[in-house]
Amino acid sequence: MSGTDWRNLAISAALLGLAALLPVYGSPYWLTMGTTMAMFVVLATSWALFSGPTHYISLATAAFFGIGTFVTGLGFQSLPFWVLPPLAAVIGAVLAALVGLVTLRLSGVYFVIFTLGLAEMVRQVVTWVQNQTGHRGMYVLTSITEREIYWMLVALGALVFLAGWLIGRSRLGFALRIIGNDETVAKHAGIDTALAKVALFMVPGAVAAATGAILAPRYIYIEPSTAFAPLLSFQVVIMALLGGTGRLWGPVAGVIPFSLLWEAITRQAPNQTLLLLGIAFLVIVYLLPGGFVGLWERFRRRFGGRT
Amino acid sequence: MSRTVLQVRNVTKRFGGLVAVNDVSFDVTEHSVMGLIGPNGSGKSTMINMISGSFAPTAGSIRLEGHELAGKPAHKVARLGVGRTFQLVRLLPELSVLDNVIAGAAFGHRRRWGAEARAHALTLIDRLGLTAVMGMPVSALTYIDTKRVELARALAGDPEVLLLDEWLAGLNPTELGTGIALIRSLRDEGRTIILVEHVMDAIRSLCDRCVVMSSGTRIAEGTPAEVLSDPEVIRAYLGDDDA
Amino acid sequence: MFILITGLLLGGTYALIALGLNLQYGVARIMNLANGEMLVAGGFAAFWLYTAGQVNPVAALIVIAPVAFVANWLIYRFMLQPLVKRAKSRGALEVDSILATFGMSFAFVGIMTWAFGGGYFNYAFLAQPLEMFGSSYAQNRVVAFVLAVVIGGALWLWLTYSRVGLNLRAVAVNPASASLVGVDVRRASALAFALGGAVTATGGALVSMFFTLDASVGVLFTMKALIIIIMGGVGDVRGTIVAAVILGIAETAVARLVDPGLTLAAAYLLFLLVLLFKPAGLFGKARG
Ligand SMILES: Nc1ncnc2c1ncn2[C@@H]1O[C@H](COP(=O)(O)OP(=O)(O)O)[C@@H](O)[C@H]1O
Ligand SMILES: [Mg+2]
Repeated sequence: MSGTDWRNLAISAALLGLAALLPVYGSPYWLTMGTTMAMFVVLATSWALFSGPTHYISLATAAFFGIGTFVTGLGFQSLPFWVLPPLAAVIGAVLAALVGLVTLRLSGVYFVIFTLGLAEMVRQVVTWVQNQTGHRGMYVLTSITEREIYWMLVALGALVFLAGWLIGRSRLGFALRIIGNDETVAKHAGIDTALAKVALFMVPGAVAAATGAILAPRYIYIEPSTAFAPLLSFQVVIMALLGGTGRLWGPVAGVIPFSLLWEAITRQAPNQTLLLLGIAFLVIVYLLPGGFVGLWERFRRRFGGRT
Repeated sequence: MSRTVLQVRNVTKRFGGLVAVNDVSFDVTEHSVMGLIGPNGSGKSTMINMISGSFAPTAGSIRLEGHELAGKPAHKVARLGVGRTFQLVRLLPELSVLDNVIAGAAFGHRRRWGAEARAHALTLIDRLGLTAVMGMPVSALTYIDTKRVELARALAGDPEVLLLDEWLAGLNPTELGTGIALIRSLRDEGRTIILVEHVMDAIRSLCDRCVVMSSGTRIAEGTPAEVLSDPEVIRAYLGDDDA
Repeated sequence: MFILITGLLLGGTYALIALGLNLQYGVARIMNLANGEMLVAGGFAAFWLYTAGQVNPVAALIVIAPVAFVANWLIYRFMLQPLVKRAKSRGALEVDSILATFGMSFAFVGIMTWAFGGGYFNYAFLAQPLEMFGSSYAQNRVVAFVLAVVIGGALWLWLTYSRVGLNLRAVAVNPASASLVGVDVRRASALAFALGGAVTATGGALVSMFFTLDASVGVLFTMKALIIIIMGGVGDVRGTIVAAVILGIAETAVARLVDPGLTLAAAYLLFLLVLLFKPAGLFGKARG
């Protein structure tokens, strides 16, 4: 590892420690806020690992997340809780692999459309199964506190960053960047593009499912229409793109301001959240391509001199 | 007697009703440069695309040192040892010059990674005269330099056969001299090359043998001097304004 | 038989909607994910004209279509053309247009919710049954189907035989060579986008005669239209119509025989089968 690597590692560890201490120094309000933000940091960062380099926009987050909450909902009585997030991750990864195998050979439009409807389709199927078996929603009553949920998310976040850092240095990460630039070149350079895309798409699938499993106790009562709410997918996309996918830290830079803004809007004008989402998309496309990372890099190029 | 590296047998490609390549066969021997020439639209790029695995032939067989390539996906063909450039240059615009070349080294026929890949890429960059422009974004490169980067990427995987689709096209006269010298030096290194070309000087001075195509069919094969004096070849070229 | 006819009636309207989106995607190369909102807006206009002004929805089309045409032309000209201009590649344009039209879609939903509330809206127009082949069908569905066929047919004739239609098709096949033979690609794209939007809004007005709409339902229609286009093949009118009818029948069958809550899942299953076995569309030739 180089000097910059050590420096970045030290900074990350310090920030992580600071984040982990939030329940100690923060008020309950900030713990709630912090949990939401931690959730979005995990989701947006893992989303960007795949969608950043490949430019395939995934809207499947809600589907994986919802499946994760159902894993906890169905399993928390019979299995110890610590088993559930890893189990959800495996299921999420398998589902992501299946989705990827079907859609990732094709152009980006197909992928967006397919993932867009995925959560809705899973929701319809789960609802139908529940109707057949006479269940509606289910209660997830556990002794897990908000603090513990928060710490689990921070730990998951640390894992995601570590994975992101490793992938960024790996052959797979490099292959994905080449694919995002020119898939034809990638193939002729010897990259099995379908395999590489599917392999990396499993990461956000697994992470989103694990996140859902961790957060299920927070909702207490889960039912398909809330667990698979498609809005979540869009929020994740917005936050990741607002921050910028060019760097590992980009999504975090988008999550923090956007969560605060979202919180303010939902409190002041709950009917305007969709408008906000729409405007955020338009701002990103027309004013902030590359997100805050892009802005930062342009700024550095102009004033910093360093590259 | 040199060994045959690539064997093309009765290859045909149809696009709907159009027969782009019609029952073409030829052999490429080791350490030689095979010219693939013919008027525009005669099926040369299609032939290159089939050898490199862009698409499968409708019929026929393409063998590289005994391995069947026909029908294999491009990445497998690349790993078996086919490297190529594109008629319209394709670089990776968000990557540096160095990473563009490493891209060819990391996944190709002979795979390298980390320090080894870097060193190998730097050697090629030096060899192709790109050291001075290494720090530039690829969008700022001159035309010949983009072609050099693409060639370096194709070479980085140490291919058994290198396919160059009109690599010299579009160069100005000075650049053309440099380009021809570069390809000659590759030949002198003992590389095996298939060269799609329109530039007659290049064909004469670089090719050991040539296959001439017209409307998808092979109309002649031989040394450049032989085929360029063949009446049928002359007719094919004169009948086409673009040539 | 009942399922087949109901499915066919539904499929006819779907075909019109998908035709609108296909025109936009095929010619202007913009995957317009705000298409469903245009549909809802069309339906909303019909609803409003009917309840507030007693205007017959069929007559209302005379107003709705031109307004939608102009609105979509403006959207293309001022929101999307800048993206087309700055795009470095087809892929970059694809990502930009997906994000931008998603943005518009959410903004439209936000505006419509704000302006008209989040409630459902429907109205009773020709809600009487009509006896056909031994079963009864709602008159409004039949009228919507007939209108969809007439409008779709007129569109097809126009695309096939008129000079402008020919230009549009040339751009759809290959923008570069179309511009070589003197077609103004930018104007053709704007025209196709505007026309596609008008067709979709018209479809929305027809749908509103028999379907309860609300401000946020647009995305469902967008998804169905997209699935139809992918099944039928981009730029393929015949494929679009066949795919729309298949989808209409499949949805009706699933709704009646299994569970009305599974219509989208049914559409998805079809989508999945097409992706797996016919990724170039029902009548498309597999490439490469
Ligand atoms: N992907 C394709 N689809 C349909 N036709 C093609 C395709 N590629 C090439 N062709 C056609 O095949 C013929 C041969 O083209 P090509 O191999 O590019 O010729 P050359 O490289 O000799 O100029 C041309 O008529 C061309 O239009
Ligand atoms: Mg060619």
